[in-house]
Amino acid sequence: MTVAVPDRDPSRRRPRVGTALTYLSLVIASLVVLVPLLVVFLTSLKSYDEISDGQGALALPDDWLNFSNYATAFTDGHLLTAFGNTAFILLFSITGTVLIGSMTAYAIDRFDFRFKGLVMALFLIATLVPGVTTQVATFQVVNSFGLFDTRWAPILLYMGTDIVSIYIFLQFIRGIPKSLDEAARLDGANSFTIYRKIIFPLLKPAVATVVIIKGITTYNDFYIPFLYMPSEELGTMSTALFRFKGPFGAHWENISAGAILVIVPTLVIFLFLQRYIYNGFAQGATK
Amino acid sequence: MTRTPSTASPPVAAGAAGTAAEKHGTAGRRSRHRAPGGASWHDRPLRRVTPWLFLLAPLALLVTFTYVPVGNMIFYSFTDWDGVSPDRNFVGGDNYTELFTRPELFKVFAVSLYYLTASVVQITVALYFATVLSFDLRFRNLFKGILFFPYLINGVAIGFVFLYFFQDGGTLDSVLSWFGADGDHAWLGSPESANTSLAGVSVWRFTGLNFVLFLGAIQSIPGELYEAAQLDGASRWQQFRHIIAPGIRPVLSLSVILAISGSLSVFEIPYIMTGGATETSTFVIQTVKFAFQFNKTGLASACAVVLLALILLITWIQRRIVPDERVDLV
Repeated sequence: MTVAVPDRDPSRRRPRVGTALTYLSLVIASLVVLVPLLVVFLTSLKSYDEISDGQGALALPDDWLNFSNYATAFTDGHLLTAFGNTAFILLFSITGTVLIGSMTAYAIDRFDFRFKGLVMALFLIATLVPGVTTQVATFQVVNSFGLFDTRWAPILLYMGTDIVSIYIFLQFIRGIPKSLDEAARLDGANSFTIYRKIIFPLLKPAVATVVIIKGITTYNDFYIPFLYMPSEELGTMSTALFRFKGPFGAHWENISAGAILVIVPTLVIFLFLQRYIYNGFAQGATK
Repeated sequence: MTRTPSTASPPVAAGAAGTAAEKHGTAGRRSRHRAPGGASWHDRPLRRVTPWLFLLAPLALLVTFTYVPVGNMIFYSFTDWDGVSPDRNFVGGDNYTELFTRPELFKVFAVSLYYLTASVVQITVALYFATVLSFDLRFRNLFKGILFFPYLINGVAIGFVFLYFFQDGGTLDSVLSWFGADGDHAWLGSPESANTSLAGVSVWRFTGLNFVLFLGAIQSIPGELYEAAQLDGASRWQQFRHIIAPGIRPVLSLSVILAISGSLSVFEIPYIMTGGATETSTFVIQTVKFAFQFNKTGLASACAVVLLALILLITWIQRRIVPDERVDLV
């Protein structure tokens, strides 16, 4: 709302300076965020000679269309395999998380049963156990199933430890009126049909939230694939990029190209789904 | 003067917060009152099994990958197991004694202080920008996007970006030389500057998350409050102090807790960037090394138990200070 205050009000002068400072701080913060990324992008377009000639990191590349580093990073860094593995893991762990999360939420919210309090408590207490602390022991469990160094190890771990999604589903399911279930039940639907035909379709916004959060954290995760899939042909985007450290040594043009290749999918998704991502994180992070 | 009622995201966020807050208290009671209408199917034995059919897979995964490991971990922490050999000996509290008496093992907690300081910076910066950007500004969404984006970037990529950034004569040195500072520092060379640099990276990476959480909380404060305050002639600072700060207190305290437990369990960035060299090793890096490089599963488990206990303790304190309301606010 803009109220036309007559100009004689002296306090109107001050906000001008304040506003300028506000913009200044925002621009500085944006530069702090963007400059390191931009420099890596510039480097990815340079040749090895350009980098080693001592012109400094901020010098512009000679040829803006020099994509040869990307080709090298993509083929020698096995990023195609990594992309395949990441996609495979994403597909299964996201589907699994959505099914498991929604089923758990449905069972907990819509049924009264013995030990319900205990089940709730088990899920609640599990939120307090940070994943990194238990990996030493989890490793032995995964190993004993013979899942070590297979793509199923991360998939099961991502599905099994994701309590956040259960909470998101639980919150949404509470908003769905129970009269819907009961009407369906009178028409002869059983619990599974109710879950599949009524509850699940109504959970769409929650599914979107979970898919986005789960997708981004899975795509970016380094720890679990690093520990559980040491084989080179099982690299994910994170671990494949990490392996650049060895063979490419000081070849920053290739490393930079690899880093940009890993970042680009995130950037594209972010630009298209901005709104949902903000909402998702605001809802997901506090549960 | 400059504030518009911010309608960017509230419909979902505010709506969910409202209904959730209502349901929170009554959900348990309501479900018990449901019985009379459906008495016919209520008594069938199948009905009693149904919830368990839905819970079978989730509970199996939960127990296998959370509770069994926690139990085993506590057990291993009292043994001298190397993680491979079939025999393990019970050694009592030896691992814990070793952990707490060898100063070089315990020193890694000093590294956490760098990250703890960084979290203070991070929360302050995020709070400032969340406040500023919840008022109407040009390019508001652009700034929002730029500030949040680092949080979404792959950690390994961030590691490399900053490894390059901190190089001798790299980006940071070049930028500093514009301002006349001499451009030759080994940023990752000495323990102090290395840890400061790494903590700086963590500020760069995580400020966006805090920022978005704060932004959501600020937007759920009813707009009339600001209008009333403005009519009363409250300055921006007064509005912040008396409306925004109390309004987002629960999210703020949650961020503090996440910051503390996060500072204790830093792993990715220092591992990728320095591998824990030049005294940048954190507690988790040390644990991972004990477990997977030196095959000291017993000692590594003791480390993990200590970390878990610390984090549980912090969470417990937080629950005491800020009771349950936090869950439904954002």
